Amino acid sequence: MLKINNLHVSLEDEDKEILKGVDLTVDAGTVHAIMGPNGSGKSTLSYVLSGKEGYNVTDGSVELNGDNIMDLEPEERAALGLFLAFQYPIEIPGVGNMTFLRTALNAQRKARGEDEISATDFLRLVREKAATLKIDSDMLKRPVNVGFSGGEKKRNEILQMAMLEPKICILDETDSGLDVDAMKLVANGVNALRNEGRGFLVITHYQRLLDHIKPDVVHIMADGKIIKSGGPELALEVENNGYSDLLDEAS
Amino acid sequence: MELSKHNNDAELEIKKSTVLNSGWSAKARIDAFERLAKSGLPTVRDEYWKYTNPKTLTNKIVEKASLLPEHESDIFKSVSPLKIVFVDGKFSPEKSDEFILSGLSIERLDTIKKLDLHWAKELYGRYEKLGQLSVSRPLAAYNTAYANEGLIIHVTDRVECPINIIYEHEDEYSDVILHHVIKIDSNAELTLLESGAAAARLNQVLEVEVNEDAKFNHIRVLGRDHERRAATHIFGELSRGSTLKSFTLTVNGILTRNECFLNIAGDDAMAHISGACVGDGDFHHDDTVFVTHDAVGSESRQVFKKVLRNGATGVFQGKILVKPDAQKTDGYQISQSLLLDEDSQFLAKPELEIYADDVACSHGSTSGAIDEDALFYLTSRGISKPVAIDMLTMAFLAEAVDEIDNYNLKDVILELLSGWLERRR
Repeated sequence: MLKINNLHVSLEDEDKEILKGVDLTVDAGTVHAIMGPNGSGKSTLSYVLSGKEGYNVTDGSVELNGDNIMDLEPEERAALGLFLAFQYPIEIPGVGNMTFLRTALNAQRKARGEDEISATDFLRLVREKAATLKIDSDMLKRPVNVGFSGGEKKRNEILQMAMLEPKICILDETDSGLDVDAMKLVANGVNALRNEGRGFLVITHYQRLLDHIKPDVVHIMADGKIIKSGGPELALEVENNGYSDLLDEAS
Repeated sequence: MELSKHNNDAELEIKKSTVLNSGWSAKARIDAFERLAKSGLPTVRDEYWKYTNPKTLTNKIVEKASLLPEHESDIFKSVSPLKIVFVDGKFSPEKSDEFILSGLSIERLDTIKKLDLHWAKELYGRYEKLGQLSVSRPLAAYNTAYANEGLIIHVTDRVECPINIIYEHEDEYSDVILHHVIKIDSNAELTLLESGAAAARLNQVLEVEVNEDAKFNHIRVLGRDHERRAATHIFGELSRGSTLKSFTLTVNGILTRNECFLNIAGDDAMAHISGACVGDGDFHHDDTVFVTHDAVGSESRQVFKKVLRNGATGVFQGKILVKPDAQKTDGYQISQSLLLDEDSQFLAKPELEIYADDVACSHGSTSGAIDEDALFYLTSRGISKPVAIDMLTMAFLAEAVDEIDNYNLKDVILELLSGWLERRR
């Protein structure tokens, strides 16, 4: 489904290489976790995949279901089914959460040549999905993420994911800033979306999120490369021993 | 001199002989003429015109203003207003409703100006003159001296049906002066809607007296005609417990100067002036506002938002003056611009002048670009970049549009705005 091949990326503003040849394939129906120390390039990978400006892809390729997506705009990637749950969701004063959700959903449907969703169908859908994430109508009416707590912001990300039904979901440190209860709520939201047609790339610092969202494969990223891949036990190893052993091993 | 005929730089003539010297308004007109003769017409050398060159407003020759393929006359039809239509400054009885509305009387300056006596004698030119005490406003004095047309409205009750003055522009070289006078009695209320571009060049004055506990709601939409030029003035006086709210939407316009001078003369009165504008290319829009607090416990708000692109220019000159006895004044002023490219510019001169010691006044002015993080967030959800920019633009303007209390009217404005933005994508 998502195929990253020898991806090299540097910052546009300075001549600094962040990703130094990432190889990674996420198949439909699987959950891949990426762990790694600060500054290893995890967040950069998520931004580059979703099309944020400010990066130069100097080598390699990324395919989503066979389409090369690196030359596409963020909205085109979204329409192909790529979704990034932000580490720090952006507050947008003046844009209502509902308007935002409906505009996004209809834009994607339109881009795929589908009909727009009717106002009533939309309302029913959003209420249903919001309820399972304990998002009340007040949160839906407020401007996007404005005045939301850290937990509310992350739940709002999962709500968007549930509404847009992407094919590949990238979760960038979705556990950061969450208490245990909020993390369970978010994890349940994610697990509810797991199915055989959808792939997940879960970026996290800590093993604890992976207790709730069970990964199939765990990758360790350091200095812009994946240095080790393995099963869920790799996450436990990191939890117990930290990264230093793995880093030493790699060098 | 024969030469002046061919001189493109010649100014409007200021001659006493052409001032109407009979009827109830003669004294005010001659008075205004004297002020004008003393100050002369404005030039870019005047401090008050530093950011806006008034040359095309004061030139004898009117610059051509191309016409829109069709009028946008029915902008406010959803609120079923009483319609009064002026075409290039001339009243159109065919297009207008009859001036029959319970709770007010409407007359035209043109039909009553020759009368010897009229109640408007007390008001015509009075607040314009008051507005000249702080800064000279020669175009307004010119207007008072030479205006032949306008509406003279006396509101005696709460009038629910809004009045919509619709301006249509059919002559590429029309040069129009309009002078409206509105008196709102105690406890009475009026909603005035203005829409359309009045002329190739418009000089308009609106004088409004809001008496005790009365309310004046004013919403205007300056039409899409791009090449028109306009200098408008609102002069208002607020008595105890009264409210004045004025909102202006501007899209397009090669030159617009909207001045507003309000004198809060009664305790506990409230004045809100706001504006939203979207400008492109050789757009130039100037909001010049002066609010004087001369009473206890009064509140004023100035909220102006401008979206500028492709080299457009926005100007804001706003002042709050709090006189020594105006304790408990609450004054707020914000002017912001959203610059969609590096060629556009926003020139702001916010001022506070406070002589009372127990007041809360704040002002702020900012210029900024589209928030790239917000833009990426929206596009990452599948929203195309132009739509996302429009959403952020609307969000930016929302604070100004939110100044409109009436939901129906707010919807009209929001729909107009989104339609305009969509057409420009």
